[in-house]
Amino acid sequence: MLLLAPIDFINQLLLKFFSEPTISHVIWPFIQIGLVVTLVAGWVAYATYLERKISAFMQARLGPMRVGPWGLLQPIADGIKLLTKEDFIPEKADRWIFFFAPYIAVAAAFITFSVIPFGPDWAVITDINIGLLFVLAVSSVGVLALILAGWSSNSKYSLLGALRSSAQMISYEVAMGLSLIGALMFARTLSLSGIVGAQESDSVWYFVYQPLGFLIFLVSGIAENNRAPFDLPEAESELVAGFHTEYSGFRWSLFFMAEYAAMVIVSAVAVTVYLGGWYFPFVYRLTEAKGYHNLYVIVSLLIFLGKLSAVLYLYFWLRWTLPRFRYDQLMDIGWKWLIPSALINITLSALAIFVVQALDGWYGIKTIQSLANGLDLTASGKAIMIAMGLAGLGITGLLLARLNWRSRDFNLKSQRRNIKLVNVPQGKPAVRAVAPAASE
Amino acid sequence: MHQVEIATTKETLLDSPEMVLNMGPQHPSTHGVLRVILKLDGETVMDLDCDIGYLHRGMEKIAENRMYTMIAPYWDRLDYIAAVSNGLVWVETVEQMMGLVVPPRAHYLRTILTELNRIASHLLWLATHALDIGAVTVLLWALREREEVLKIFERQFGARLTCHAWRVGGMPNDAYDDLDADVRRFVSNFPKRLDEYETVLSENRIWLSRTVGIGVISGEDAVAIGLSGPALRGSGVAWDVRKARPYAAYADMDFDIPLGENGDTYDRYLVRLEEMRQSRRIIVQALDNLPDGPVNAKLPKIVKPPAGDYYHSIEGPKGEIGCYLVSDGTAQPWRMRVRPPSLINLQALRNLCLGHLVADVVAIIGTLDIVLGEIDR
Repeated sequence: MLLLAPIDFINQLLLKFFSEPTISHVIWPFIQIGLVVTLVAGWVAYATYLERKISAFMQARLGPMRVGPWGLLQPIADGIKLLTKEDFIPEKADRWIFFFAPYIAVAAAFITFSVIPFGPDWAVITDINIGLLFVLAVSSVGVLALILAGWSSNSKYSLLGALRSSAQMISYEVAMGLSLIGALMFARTLSLSGIVGAQESDSVWYFVYQPLGFLIFLVSGIAENNRAPFDLPEAESELVAGFHTEYSGFRWSLFFMAEYAAMVIVSAVAVTVYLGGWYFPFVYRLTEAKGYHNLYVIVSLLIFLGKLSAVLYLYFWLRWTLPRFRYDQLMDIGWKWLIPSALINITLSALAIFVVQALDGWYGIKTIQSLANGLDLTASGKAIMIAMGLAGLGITGLLLARLNWRSRDFNLKSQRRNIKLVNVPQGKPAVRAVAPAASE
Repeated sequence: MHQVEIATTKETLLDSPEMVLNMGPQHPSTHGVLRVILKLDGETVMDLDCDIGYLHRGMEKIAENRMYTMIAPYWDRLDYIAAVSNGLVWVETVEQMMGLVVPPRAHYLRTILTELNRIASHLLWLATHALDIGAVTVLLWALREREEVLKIFERQFGARLTCHAWRVGGMPNDAYDDLDADVRRFVSNFPKRLDEYETVLSENRIWLSRTVGIGVISGEDAVAIGLSGPALRGSGVAWDVRKARPYAAYADMDFDIPLGENGDTYDRYLVRLEEMRQSRRIIVQALDNLPDGPVNAKLPKIVKPPAGDYYHSIEGPKGEIGCYLVSDGTAQPWRMRVRPPSLINLQALRNLCLGHLVADVVAIIGTLDIVLGEIDR
């Protein structure tokens, strides 16, 4: 493999100075970390460019066009601008907390990348057996940064933004965590690579089994990232800029980077858990012929990034289409819709798995292939599971409609009215149509 | 206006559960330099006060020292979104006092261009109102259409925003050659575009939940406060100066008045959208029946209305904009007074906002469609 010759060369070079275990446990991880951090930072910069271009296409304009061809250097120009700006600290701010809040945000976002499986084998920094739990735990540290930033700014807008964001992120984290449990019951592991492996051995992406879980995860993921239509913490028309109103320059850009990185993480988890991660039909055949292993890893990596981009596009699409929710409506959606439906989803998924297991061996029906690597179902088992997943969507919809049928927002459509058109008789004209008589 | 007691000492701040939030004058969604002082309990508005006057230029006083023809440009800078409508109030008031008869062609052109201005103003309202509620894309779509109108204005008046559109007795010059074609092209595209906005907003659940039942005002209250324009018609009161006291060529036009039922933000939104459709109807009628002839009445060398007073008002995009003029028979008015629709509509803000959340305050300021240039004068 010509492509990977430099890697072998570096390996040989390193072997002259370090022992084998040092290289595999210290040096290579550092290279991987460096690569991931650089690439993610670059990706974040260009995600802003993509977002601006996509929003421009939606809004019948061109977007950035001045810096470089098609404005391709715009993110770099923006970065330089942000770095050279004054790092302003309000007089009444709590200086040290104000200093450190952005770092917490960015660190929490970037640490999570250590367990994201971008691909098989060497394309993941580390695979720990509580990967998913780690992602949820570390990404929720981000809330702390927002609260600290909002509080230490000593500004009312920041404070309101911080309060909103803490309430929002805490309540949506519950729904997000609960929605993942359904998929975990199929994967039978918390390791992210293990979840992808389980989907590979079953050759099904879990959003087929878990349509409801996938929907809940997407919605609560968008809310967790404070993106539109849930971007209340930084609603610019109400709170100016929310928790980072008082930030400027580099510190502001750190928050911005953390936001985009968190977006990438939630999409990455969505891809890993529900969209098969780096798994794609037929790609595994590359490994069968000897020597193509590295190519297989790279192709898988690209597949992962492709899926990731598709989910990110959904983020951009929603942001530029939908109006913003109000604070109380947001809480309503979280507590009255998402959390109950996540709970119902867990129950129904467990029931579905129980039914499939009970059917196995009943009148010669075979539904389960093996349990070694997640839940591997036969074709008939898959059919039953998919049918039950779809039925689950309907059942949950009905239950929630029953639960919320009295709520105002649920009945909005029926409250919608039309205006009436009336043609009132005309009054006396104000403007003289003929010249006044001479005597006047 | 009601005064909010602002807690100044530390003790009072800690004792009271309320927080005083100063919204504006530099705030993205107070539509200019409006300052709203909110007293919040959590995010609920307990009390509210408006502070205005950041854009005060004293144009009513300036007018007492100017010749009648020199005052018109000051009117263009009142409601700078609707300069064409504003200018019309002034010239018609002076014409009425002097008893001038304006040729019908001028009346028809005035009708066409003020209705175009109404569309432009409502489009800007739609853009900013949608932006306040978070639908950013509508902003740029609406501005795209407004651009078409502004291009027509630029060719006709030589300016896009503060067009000095009219002269006492008629128009500075006749319609430019392609006016008919340009306006017809605009009105033929326009309904399609309006339907596009409706697709994004009218049926949208989030839009409905943000606007239905927000800022409700009954018809009686609206009349008591003195609301006018779409804010009044949203509450179901059929009052439109174009119908009640027709000016320009409105007496010849056939159009309907849209009325809301509940007087909430959503009704006002629908009323304004429908008004744009009715404006289009008026424009088409006026274009079809546009008479030939001169566009200017014969004027004396110096405009000197006879001594006396006169009030004239028209239906501006924001509401009834009027002019009360007292003349002492000289070349300068003795007193001029504007009836500013935005200022009077703003009086309803406190009633509409109490008990709602901060996010709704922004939506309600948007739905009242205020322009600070006219409030502060």
